[in-house]
Amino acid sequence: MKTQSLVSIDDITKEEMLQLLERARYFEANPNSKLLDGKVVATLFFEPSTRTRLSFETAVNRLGGRVIGFSDASTSSTSKGETLKDTIKMVSNYADLIVMRHFLEGAARYASEITDIPIVNAGDGANQHPSQTMLDLYSILKTQGRLDNLTITMVGDLKYGRTVHSLLMALRFFKPVFNFVSSKELAMPAEYLEVCRREGIEFHEYRDFSQEVIDSSDIIYMTRVQRERFSDVMEYEKVKNLYTLHNAMLATSKPNLKILHPLPRVNEINIDVDDNPKAYYFEQARNGVFARQAIITKALGLQIPPK
Amino acid sequence: MTGNKKELAVAALKNGTVIDHIPSEALFAAVRILGIENMGKSVTIGNNLHSNRLGTKGIIKVADTEFEQCVLDRIAIIAPTAVVNIIRDYSVVEKRPVTLPDTLTGIVRCPNPKCISNNEPMASRFEVVDRNDVDLCCHYCGHHVAGGEAASLL
Ligand SMILES: [Zn+2]
Repeated sequence: MKTQSLVSIDDITKEEMLQLLERARYFEANPNSKLLDGKVVATLFFEPSTRTRLSFETAVNRLGGRVIGFSDASTSSTSKGETLKDTIKMVSNYADLIVMRHFLEGAARYASEITDIPIVNAGDGANQHPSQTMLDLYSILKTQGRLDNLTITMVGDLKYGRTVHSLLMALRFFKPVFNFVSSKELAMPAEYLEVCRREGIEFHEYRDFSQEVIDSSDIIYMTRVQRERFSDVMEYEKVKNLYTLHNAMLATSKPNLKILHPLPRVNEINIDVDDNPKAYYFEQARNGVFARQAIITKALGLQIPPK
Repeated sequence: MTGNKKELAVAALKNGTVIDHIPSEALFAAVRILGIENMGKSVTIGNNLHSNRLGTKGIIKVADTEFEQCVLDRIAIIAPTAVVNIIRDYSVVEKRPVTLPDTLTGIVRCPNPKCISNNEPMASRFEVVDRNDVDLCCHYCGHHVAGGEAASLL
Protein backbone atom coordinates (compact mmCIF):
# COMPACT_ATOMS: atom_id res chain seq x y z
CA MET A 1 0.00 0.00 0.00
CA LYS A 2 1.53 3.28 -1.11
CA THR A 3 0.99 6.30 1.12
CA GLN A 4 1.63 9.82 0.03
CA SER A 5 1.65 13.29 1.57
CA LEU A 6 -0.07 16.21 -0.11
CA VAL A 7 1.91 19.34 0.69
CA SER A 8 1.57 21.48 -2.43
CA ILE A 9 -0.62 21.34 -5.52
CA ASP A 10 2.58 21.89 -7.52
CA ASP A 11 3.82 18.45 -6.42
CA ILE A 12 1.10 16.48 -8.20
CA THR A 13 0.77 15.67 -11.86
CA LYS A 14 -2.20 16.32 -14.09
CA GLU A 15 -3.05 12.59 -13.92
CA GLU A 16 -3.01 12.60 -10.12
CA MET A 17 -5.20 15.70 -10.14
CA LEU A 18 -7.71 13.98 -12.41
CA GLN A 19 -7.64 10.88 -10.20
CA LEU A 20 -8.41 13.02 -7.15
CA LEU A 21 -11.31 14.66 -8.99
CA GLU A 22 -12.59 11.22 -9.97
CA ARG A 23 -12.46 10.22 -6.30
CA ALA A 24 -14.27 13.39 -5.26
CA ARG A 25 -17.02 12.51 -7.72
CA TYR A 26 -17.22 9.02 -6.18
CA PHE A 27 -17.54 10.47 -2.67
CA GLU A 28 -20.23 12.90 -3.71
CA ALA A 29 -22.24 9.87 -4.86
CA ASN A 30 -21.17 7.76 -1.84
CA PRO A 31 -20.49 10.19 1.00
CA ASN A 32 -20.82 7.71 3.87
CA SER A 33 -18.71 4.59 4.22
CA LYS A 34 -16.50 2.60 6.56
CA LEU A 35 -13.36 3.03 4.47
CA LEU A 36 -11.45 4.50 7.42
CA ASP A 37 -12.80 1.99 9.93
CA GLY A 38 -10.12 1.48 12.58
CA LYS A 39 -8.07 4.44 11.35
CA VAL A 40 -7.16 7.53 13.34
CA VAL A 41 -6.63 10.90 11.66
CA ALA A 42 -4.97 13.73 13.58
CA THR A 43 -6.03 17.28 12.80
CA LEU A 44 -3.30 19.57 14.12
CA PHE A 45 -4.33 23.21 13.81
CA PHE A 46 -1.42 25.30 15.05
CA GLU A 47 -3.41 28.22 13.69
CA PRO A 48 -7.16 28.20 14.14
CA SER A 49 -9.36 27.75 11.06
CA THR A 50 -12.76 26.47 12.02
CA ARG A 51 -14.01 26.26 8.44
CA THR A 52 -11.16 24.10 7.15
CA ARG A 53 -10.99 21.96 10.27
CA LEU A 54 -14.71 21.16 10.24
CA SER A 55 -14.51 20.26 6.57
CA PHE A 56 -11.62 17.82 7.13
CA GLU A 57 -13.20 16.35 10.25
CA THR A 58 -16.51 15.88 8.44
CA ALA A 59 -14.63 14.09 5.66
CA VAL A 60 -13.00 11.71 8.17
CA ASN A 61 -16.21 11.10 10.08
CA ARG A 62 -18.16 10.32 6.91
CA LEU A 63 -15.46 7.77 6.04
CA GLY A 64 -15.90 6.09 9.43
CA GLY A 65 -12.53 7.19 10.84
CA ARG A 66 -11.71 8.69 14.22
CA VAL A 67 -10.28 12.16 14.81
CA ILE A 68 -7.78 13.35 17.40
CA GLY A 69 -6.00 16.69 17.54
CA PHE A 70 -6.22 20.31 18.58
CA SER A 71 -7.82 23.37 17.06
CA ASP A 72 -5.55 26.04 18.44
CA ALA A 73 -1.82 25.99 19.25
CA SER A 74 -2.42 27.78 22.56
CA THR A 75 -4.07 24.63 23.90
CA SER A 76 -1.30 22.35 22.65
CA SER A 77 2.22 21.63 23.84
CA THR A 78 3.53 24.06 21.22
CA SER A 79 2.67 26.83 23.64
CA LYS A 80 5.11 25.21 26.08
CA GLY A 81 7.86 25.61 23.50
CA GLU A 82 7.78 22.15 21.96
CA THR A 83 9.25 22.06 18.46
CA LEU A 84 7.13 21.14 15.47
CA LYS A 85 9.36 18.12 14.98
CA ASP A 86 8.63 16.77 18.45
CA THR A 87 4.88 17.32 18.07
CA ILE A 88 4.83 15.54 14.71
CA LYS A 89 6.97 12.65 16.03
CA MET A 90 4.69 12.22 19.03
CA VAL A 91 1.44 12.33 17.04
CA SER A 92 2.89 9.95 14.43
CA ASN A 93 2.82 7.27 17.12
CA TYR A 94 -0.93 7.63 17.47
CA ALA A 95 -2.36 8.48 14.05
CA ASP A 96 -2.42 7.00 10.55
CA LEU A 97 -2.46 10.41 8.87
CA ILE A 98 -1.91 14.01 9.94
CA VAL A 99 -3.89 16.96 8.62
CA MET A 100 -2.08 20.10 9.66
CA ARG A 101 -2.46 23.84 9.43
CA HIS A 102 0.39 26.07 10.54
CA PHE A 103 1.13 29.80 10.53
CA LEU A 104 4.70 29.19 9.31
CA GLU A 105 5.44 28.69 5.62
CA GLY A 106 6.95 25.33 4.74
CA ALA A 107 5.79 23.71 8.00
CA ALA A 108 3.91 20.91 6.23
CA ARG A 109 6.84 20.19 3.89
CA TYR A 110 9.15 19.89 6.88
CA ALA A 111 6.67 17.70 8.75
CA SER A 112 6.42 15.36 5.75
CA GLU A 113 10.19 14.90 5.88
CA ILE A 114 10.35 13.85 9.52
CA THR A 115 7.55 11.28 9.69
CA ASP A 116 6.61 8.14 7.79
CA ILE A 117 2.87 8.76 7.96
CA PRO A 118 1.27 10.96 5.28
CA ILE A 119 0.86 14.67 5.90
CA VAL A 120 -1.99 16.62 4.34
CA ASN A 121 -1.33 20.34 4.27
CA ALA A 122 -4.39 22.31 5.36
CA GLY A 123 -2.59 25.62 4.87
CA ASP A 124 0.90 26.83 5.80
CA GLY A 125 0.95 30.60 6.25
CA ALA A 126 0.69 32.41 2.93
CA ASN A 127 2.19 29.43 1.13
CA GLN A 128 0.01 26.46 0.12
CA HIS A 129 -3.50 25.15 0.69
CA PRO A 130 -3.89 22.28 -1.79
CA SER A 131 -7.28 20.99 -0.57
CA GLN A 132 -8.77 24.41 -1.34
CA THR A 133 -7.42 24.12 -4.88
CA MET A 134 -8.85 20.62 -5.29
CA LEU A 135 -12.29 21.77 -4.17
CA ASP A 136 -12.06 24.74 -6.54
CA LEU A 137 -11.15 22.44 -9.41
CA TYR A 138 -13.91 20.04 -8.51
CA SER A 139 -16.41 22.91 -8.40
CA ILE A 140 -15.31 24.06 -11.85
CA LEU A 141 -15.45 20.55 -13.28
CA LYS A 142 -18.85 19.90 -11.76
CA THR A 143 -20.46 23.12 -12.97
CA GLN A 144 -18.86 23.27 -16.42
CA GLY A 145 -18.63 19.56 -17.21
CA ARG A 146 -14.99 20.03 -18.16
CA LEU A 147 -11.77 21.77 -17.14
CA ASP A 148 -10.39 22.44 -20.64
CA ASN A 149 -10.68 25.69 -22.57
CA LEU A 150 -12.53 27.75 -19.99
CA THR A 151 -12.34 31.51 -19.50
CA ILE A 152 -11.51 32.06 -15.84
CA THR A 153 -11.69 35.56 -14.40
CA MET A 154 -9.90 36.18 -11.10
CA VAL A 155 -10.90 39.34 -9.23
CA GLY A 156 -9.63 41.26 -6.20
CA ASP A 157 -6.41 40.49 -4.38
CA LEU A 158 -4.31 38.62 -6.92
CA LYS A 159 -1.02 39.52 -5.26
CA TYR A 160 -1.35 37.91 -1.84
CA GLY A 161 -4.23 35.54 -2.55
CA ARG A 162 -2.65 32.10 -2.37
CA THR A 163 -5.85 30.44 -3.56
CA VAL A 164 -5.71 32.19 -6.94
CA HIS A 165 -2.01 31.38 -7.34
CA SER A 166 -2.57 27.69 -6.65
CA LEU A 167 -5.63 27.60 -8.87
CA LEU A 168 -3.64 29.20 -11.68
CA MET A 169 -0.91 26.59 -11.26
CA ALA A 170 -3.44 23.74 -11.31
CA LEU A 171 -5.32 25.10 -14.33
CA ARG A 172 -2.15 25.50 -16.37
CA PHE A 173 -2.71 21.92 -17.53
CA PHE A 174 -6.11 22.73 -19.04
CA LYS A 175 -5.60 25.45 -21.66
CA PRO A 176 -7.55 28.21 -19.89
CA VAL A 177 -7.93 31.87 -20.83
CA PHE A 178 -7.28 33.99 -17.73
CA ASN A 179 -8.61 37.46 -16.99
CA PHE A 180 -6.83 39.07 -14.03
CA VAL A 181 -8.89 41.94 -12.60
CA SER A 182 -7.29 43.95 -9.80
CA SER A 183 -5.84 47.27 -8.75
CA LYS A 184 -2.23 47.92 -9.66
CA GLU A 185 -1.14 47.32 -6.05
CA LEU A 186 -2.72 43.86 -5.92
CA ALA A 187 -1.89 42.66 -9.44
CA MET A 188 -0.92 39.06 -10.24
CA PRO A 189 2.81 38.66 -9.43
CA ALA A 190 5.25 38.57 -12.33
CA GLU A 191 6.31 34.97 -11.61
CA TYR A 192 2.77 33.73 -12.33
CA LEU A 193 2.47 35.81 -15.51
CA GLU A 194 5.75 34.19 -16.48
CA VAL A 195 4.24 30.72 -15.90
CA CYS A 196 1.39 31.66 -18.28
CA ARG A 197 3.81 32.87 -20.95
CA ARG A 198 5.96 29.77 -20.59
CA GLU A 199 2.94 27.46 -20.85
CA GLY A 200 1.45 29.40 -23.76
CA ILE A 201 -1.63 30.42 -21.75
CA GLU A 202 -3.63 33.42 -22.95
CA PHE A 203 -4.11 36.03 -20.23
CA HIS A 204 -5.33 39.61 -19.93
CA GLU A 205 -4.83 42.07 -17.10
CA TYR A 206 -7.59 44.59 -16.32
CA ARG A 207 -7.92 47.41 -13.81
CA ASP A 208 -11.68 47.65 -14.46
CA PHE A 209 -14.17 44.95 -13.56
CA SER A 210 -16.03 45.63 -16.81
CA GLN A 211 -19.19 44.20 -18.31
CA GLU A 212 -17.17 42.88 -21.22
CA VAL A 213 -14.93 40.83 -18.92
CA ILE A 214 -17.90 39.50 -16.95
CA ASP A 215 -19.77 38.51 -20.11
CA SER A 216 -16.80 36.59 -21.49
CA SER A 217 -16.33 34.49 -18.33
CA ASP A 218 -17.23 30.87 -17.61
CA ILE A 219 -15.96 31.20 -14.03
CA ILE A 220 -15.54 34.34 -11.95
CA TYR A 221 -13.32 33.69 -8.94
CA MET A 222 -13.78 36.48 -6.40
CA THR A 223 -11.34 37.17 -3.54
CA ARG A 224 -11.25 39.48 -0.53
CA VAL A 225 -9.46 42.79 -0.79
CA GLN A 226 -8.07 43.38 2.68
CA ARG A 227 -7.26 46.80 4.04
CA GLU A 228 -4.01 45.63 5.64
CA ARG A 229 -2.60 44.74 2.22
CA PHE A 230 -2.42 48.42 1.27
CA SER A 231 0.53 50.60 2.14
CA ASP A 232 -1.65 53.60 1.36
CA VAL A 233 -5.05 53.81 3.07
CA MET A 234 -6.30 56.30 0.45
CA GLU A 235 -5.58 53.75 -2.22
CA TYR A 236 -7.66 51.16 -0.36
CA GLU A 237 -10.60 53.55 -0.03
CA LYS A 238 -10.35 54.21 -3.75
CA VAL A 239 -10.38 50.57 -4.88
CA LYS A 240 -12.41 48.76 -2.20
CA ASN A 241 -15.70 49.09 -4.06
CA LEU A 242 -14.33 48.78 -7.58
CA TYR A 243 -14.14 45.01 -7.31
CA THR A 244 -17.54 44.28 -5.79
CA LEU A 245 -19.93 42.07 -7.71
CA HIS A 246 -23.62 43.07 -7.81
CA ASN A 247 -26.46 41.01 -9.21
CA ALA A 248 -27.23 43.60 -11.91
CA MET A 249 -23.77 43.05 -13.37
CA LEU A 250 -24.70 39.45 -14.22
CA ALA A 251 -27.70 40.27 -16.45
CA THR A 252 -25.94 39.58 -19.75
CA SER A 253 -23.44 36.99 -18.52
CA LYS A 254 -23.07 33.51 -20.03
CA PRO A 255 -25.73 30.99 -18.93
CA ASN A 256 -23.06 28.57 -17.70
CA LEU A 257 -21.26 31.22 -15.62
CA LYS A 258 -20.61 30.35 -11.98
CA ILE A 259 -19.32 32.68 -9.26
CA LEU A 260 -16.76 31.14 -6.91
CA HIS A 261 -15.23 32.55 -3.72
CA PRO A 262 -13.03 30.76 -1.14
CA LEU A 263 -15.05 32.36 1.71
CA PRO A 264 -15.38 34.06 4.08
CA ARG A 265 -16.45 37.08 2.04
CA VAL A 266 -16.65 40.62 3.31
CA ASN A 267 -18.30 42.93 0.80
CA GLU A 268 -16.81 41.81 -2.51
CA ILE A 269 -19.96 39.89 -3.41
CA ASN A 270 -23.13 41.81 -2.66
CA ILE A 271 -25.76 39.68 -0.91
CA ASP A 272 -28.15 40.32 -3.82
CA VAL A 273 -26.01 37.85 -5.82
CA ASP A 274 -26.72 35.02 -3.35
CA ASP A 275 -30.10 34.11 -4.84
CA ASN A 276 -28.83 34.12 -8.41
CA PRO A 277 -28.41 30.51 -9.62
CA LYS A 278 -24.96 31.57 -10.89
CA ALA A 279 -23.80 32.07 -7.30
CA TYR A 280 -21.94 28.90 -6.42
CA TYR A 281 -19.81 29.78 -3.36
CA PHE A 282 -21.92 27.95 -0.79
CA GLU A 283 -22.03 24.70 -2.80
CA GLN A 284 -18.35 25.21 -3.46
CA ALA A 285 -17.70 24.89 0.27
CA ARG A 286 -19.80 21.71 0.36
CA ASN A 287 -17.61 20.23 -2.37
CA GLY A 288 -14.72 20.68 0.05
CA VAL A 289 -15.79 17.62 2.01
CA PHE A 290 -15.72 15.40 -1.11
CA ALA A 291 -12.39 16.81 -2.23
CA ARG A 292 -10.94 16.13 1.23
CA GLN A 293 -12.34 12.61 1.32
CA ALA A 294 -10.54 12.11 -1.99
CA ILE A 295 -7.27 13.53 -0.66
CA ILE A 296 -7.34 11.53 2.58
CA THR A 297 -8.10 8.17 0.96
CA LYS A 298 -5.46 8.73 -1.72
CA ALA A 299 -2.88 9.74 0.91
CA LEU A 300 -3.60 6.48 2.73
CA GLY A 301 -3.27 4.47 -0.46
CA LEU A 302 -6.87 3.23 -0.37
CA GLN A 303 -8.45 2.04 -3.60
CA ILE A 304 -11.53 3.90 -4.83
CA PRO A 305 -14.01 2.49 -5.61
CA PRO A 306 -13.18 -0.13 -3.00
CA LYS A 307 -12.90 -3.75 -4.21
CA MET B 1 58.82 32.83 -16.80
CA THR B 2 56.03 35.29 -16.22
CA GLY B 3 54.05 33.04 -13.90
CA ASN B 4 57.03 32.64 -11.63
CA LYS B 5 55.72 34.65 -8.69
CA LYS B 6 52.42 32.89 -8.66
CA GLU B 7 54.00 29.48 -8.86
CA LEU B 8 56.24 30.33 -5.97
CA ALA B 9 53.26 31.29 -3.84
CA VAL B 10 51.56 28.01 -4.62
CA ALA B 11 54.71 25.94 -4.36
CA ALA B 12 55.30 27.11 -0.81
CA LEU B 13 52.83 24.43 0.23
CA LYS B 14 54.09 20.86 0.41
CA ASN B 15 50.69 19.16 0.60
CA GLY B 16 47.28 20.68 0.77
CA THR B 17 44.73 22.85 -1.05
CA VAL B 18 45.01 26.28 -2.61
CA ILE B 19 41.80 28.05 -3.50
CA ASP B 20 42.61 30.84 -5.92
CA HIS B 21 40.66 33.49 -7.86
CA ILE B 22 38.19 34.26 -5.10
CA PRO B 23 36.66 37.74 -5.59
CA SER B 24 38.09 39.95 -2.83
CA GLU B 25 34.70 40.81 -1.37
CA ALA B 26 33.84 37.10 -1.04
CA LEU B 27 37.06 35.97 0.61
CA PHE B 28 36.02 36.04 4.24
CA ALA B 29 32.63 34.56 3.51
CA ALA B 30 34.43 31.72 1.70
CA VAL B 31 36.64 31.20 4.76
CA ARG B 32 33.53 30.94 6.88
CA ILE B 33 31.67 28.57 4.52
CA LEU B 34 34.64 26.21 4.40
CA GLY B 35 34.86 26.17 8.19
CA ILE B 36 38.51 27.18 8.09
CA GLU B 37 38.30 29.15 11.33
CA ASN B 38 38.06 25.92 13.27
CA MET B 39 40.84 24.03 11.54
CA GLY B 40 44.10 23.30 13.31
CA LYS B 41 46.19 23.12 10.13
CA SER B 42 48.42 25.91 8.94
CA VAL B 43 46.34 28.38 6.93
CA THR B 44 47.46 31.31 4.80
CA ILE B 45 44.93 33.84 3.62
CA GLY B 46 45.72 36.61 1.17
CA ASN B 47 43.41 39.32 -0.06
CA ASN B 48 43.34 42.24 -2.49
CA LEU B 49 46.04 40.60 -4.58
CA HIS B 50 46.37 41.67 -8.18
CA SER B 51 44.30 39.68 -10.68
CA ASN B 52 44.03 40.23 -14.40
CA ARG B 53 40.65 38.56 -14.46
CA LEU B 54 39.04 39.96 -11.33
CA GLY B 55 40.93 43.19 -10.63
CA THR B 56 41.70 42.04 -7.13
CA LYS B 57 41.37 38.57 -5.71
CA GLY B 58 41.71 36.57 -2.57
CA ILE B 59 43.51 33.27 -2.02
CA ILE B 60 43.26 30.60 0.68
CA LYS B 61 45.95 28.01 1.33
CA VAL B 62 45.37 25.18 3.74
CA ALA B 63 48.20 22.77 4.50
CA ASP B 64 47.73 18.99 4.73
CA THR B 65 44.04 19.15 3.87
CA GLU B 66 42.04 18.06 0.87
CA PHE B 67 38.42 19.14 1.02
CA GLU B 68 35.58 17.09 -0.35
CA GLN B 69 34.34 18.59 -3.61
CA CYS B 70 30.82 18.97 -2.23
CA VAL B 71 32.26 21.20 0.51
CA LEU B 72 34.27 23.26 -1.97
CA ASP B 73 31.26 23.63 -4.26
CA ARG B 74 29.44 25.55 -1.55
CA ILE B 75 31.60 28.62 -2.15
CA ALA B 76 30.31 28.78 -5.73
CA ILE B 77 27.36 30.83 -4.41
CA ILE B 78 29.67 33.76 -3.69
CA ALA B 79 32.85 32.87 -5.60
CA PRO B 80 31.91 31.12 -8.84
CA THR B 81 35.30 32.10 -10.31
CA ALA B 82 37.29 30.22 -7.66
CA VAL B 83 39.80 27.60 -8.79
CA VAL B 84 40.87 24.76 -6.54
CA ASN B 85 44.47 23.49 -6.72
CA ILE B 86 45.37 20.22 -5.05
CA ILE B 87 49.00 20.22 -4.00
CA ARG B 88 50.97 17.04 -3.40
CA ASP B 89 54.71 17.09 -2.83
CA TYR B 90 55.04 20.75 -3.91
CA SER B 91 53.29 20.36 -7.23
CA VAL B 92 49.77 21.02 -8.46
CA VAL B 93 48.34 17.59 -9.21
CA GLU B 94 44.83 18.79 -9.94
CA LYS B 95 43.10 22.05 -10.86
CA ARG B 96 39.35 22.27 -10.87
CA PRO B 97 36.55 24.83 -10.80
CA VAL B 98 33.75 25.02 -8.25
CA THR B 99 30.19 24.45 -9.41
CA LEU B 100 26.97 25.19 -7.58
CA PRO B 101 25.30 21.92 -6.49
CA ASP B 102 21.61 21.17 -7.13
CA THR B 103 20.72 21.82 -3.50
CA LEU B 104 22.34 23.84 -0.73
CA THR B 105 21.69 22.48 2.74
CA GLY B 106 22.48 24.50 5.84
CA ILE B 107 24.40 27.25 4.05
CA VAL B 108 22.06 30.06 3.04
CA ARG B 109 19.56 31.38 5.57
CA CYS B 110 16.04 31.96 4.21
CA PRO B 111 15.20 35.70 4.22
CA ASN B 112 11.54 34.97 4.98
CA PRO B 113 11.05 35.38 8.76
CA LYS B 114 7.85 33.29 8.53
CA CYS B 115 9.71 30.36 6.97
CA ILE B 116 9.72 27.18 9.05
CA SER B 117 13.51 26.93 8.55
CA ASN B 118 13.97 30.11 10.62
CA ASN B 119 11.74 28.87 13.43
CA GLU B 120 12.81 25.28 14.04
CA PRO B 121 16.19 23.82 14.97
CA MET B 122 16.72 22.52 11.42
CA ALA B 123 18.94 23.06 8.40
CA SER B 124 17.83 25.44 5.68
CA ARG B 125 17.56 24.01 2.19
CA PHE B 126 17.60 25.75 -1.16
CA GLU B 127 17.16 24.33 -4.64
CA VAL B 128 19.41 25.90 -7.25
CA VAL B 129 17.01 27.03 -9.98
CA ASP B 130 19.57 28.81 -12.14
CA ARG B 131 23.30 28.21 -11.86
CA ASN B 132 24.58 30.98 -14.13
CA ASP B 133 22.28 33.81 -13.15
CA VAL B 134 22.29 32.53 -9.58
CA ASP B 135 18.68 31.93 -8.45
CA LEU B 136 17.94 29.88 -5.35
CA CYS B 137 14.50 28.77 -4.17
CA CYS B 138 13.72 27.86 -0.56
CA HIS B 139 12.67 24.22 -0.45
CA TYR B 140 10.25 25.00 2.39
CA CYS B 141 8.56 28.35 1.73
CA GLY B 142 9.35 28.90 -1.96
CA HIS B 143 11.09 32.23 -1.37
CA HIS B 144 13.60 33.13 -4.09
CA VAL B 145 17.10 34.41 -3.38
CA ALA B 146 19.32 35.94 -6.06
CA GLY B 147 23.10 35.53 -6.13
CA GLY B 148 23.83 39.05 -4.89
CA GLU B 149 21.50 38.62 -1.94
CA ALA B 150 22.90 35.22 -0.96
CA ALA B 151 26.19 36.62 0.36
CA SER B 152 24.37 38.49 3.13
CA LEU B 153 22.45 35.33 4.12
CA LEU B 154 25.36 33.01 4.78
ZN1 LIG C 1 12.09 29.68 3.32
